[in-house]
Amino acid sequence: MKFKDKLKSLSGSWYFLGIIILTYILISIFSQEIYLKSLDFFTQIIYKIIPIFILVFVLMTLSNYFITPKFIMKHLRDKGIKKWFFIIIGGILSSGPIYMWYPLLADLKHRGLSYGLIACFLYNRAIKIPLLPLAIIYFSWQYIFILTIVMIFMSVIQGILINKIMEVKK
Amino acid sequence: MENNTIKQSSQKAIKGLWNAFPMILGTVLLVSLISAIIPKSFYITIFSKNLFLDSLIGGLIGSISAGNPITSYIFGGEMLSQGVGLIAVTAFLVSWVTVGIIQLPAESAILGKKFAILRNITAFIFSIIVAIITVLILEVMI
Repeated sequence: MKFKDKLKSLSGSWYFLGIIILTYILISIFSQEIYLKSLDFFTQIIYKIIPIFILVFVLMTLSNYFITPKFIMKHLRDKGIKKWFFIIIGGILSSGPIYMWYPLLADLKHRGLSYGLIACFLYNRAIKIPLLPLAIIYFSWQYIFILTIVMIFMSVIQGILINKIMEVKK
Repeated sequence: MENNTIKQSSQKAIKGLWNAFPMILGTVLLVSLISAIIPKSFYITIFSKNLFLDSLIGGLIGSISAGNPITSYIFGGEMLSQGVGLIAVTAFLVSWVTVGIIQLPAESAILGKKFAILRNITAFIFSIIVAIITVLILEVMI
């Protein structure tokens, strides 16, 4: 394969990473302070996401093993509120940065999960049960309780809306 | 063949994660860079105390920000103590965790461009709607 062909075969995501690394190299030349501060943030995030990576890997393996297209057909393509209930609970219970879940969701999409349900899952990830005590300390329990209920409700509305729009776009 | 073996399932998982690896690493580097460049005081000084404009600004800042929600609670708490309205702070908190402009390239590459753009636009609009509904209900109840 010629170098030009090799370049063509690189996915856009590697170009994205390349551009970001290049930006870091430039910043390291012009501002050591920002460069070192960014690396410090980077190290902190990496330490945090490594355990989540392991969790995501385990969940992806389990989902590959147990969640077959037949399973999806049975539980998530049903009409009714059951599938929405499952996806809301899944979104709330999931942890870690949002982008860690994209590969798993893309996999589930190939197995028949609708775009609306994916959107609903991602929206409910905003509700973090372990962080609720801290949020209550800052904003009162009444506020956090109402906000949580409104967000769950709006996640379903967003899901339905996205399903409709994606259907039209097809 | 109906079912995968555990080995096949884990190989598929590794392949899926490897495909997402450059985007995840790039996003973490980008988030780190933005966190290093934008000082915390920036978030408090740009609000005008106009209800609608502040909600919009709150939603926009939350959308371009990334990181642990704990940080957004701390910023949100500081905003409230600085006199920023609760609707604006709520829009900020909600968009912080539901909209991901920084993660958009990763989301587009993995879940599809149309879906990613649509999800983020609706999440941004909904952050303002959620903020208004939440604060209105709170005012009625308390």
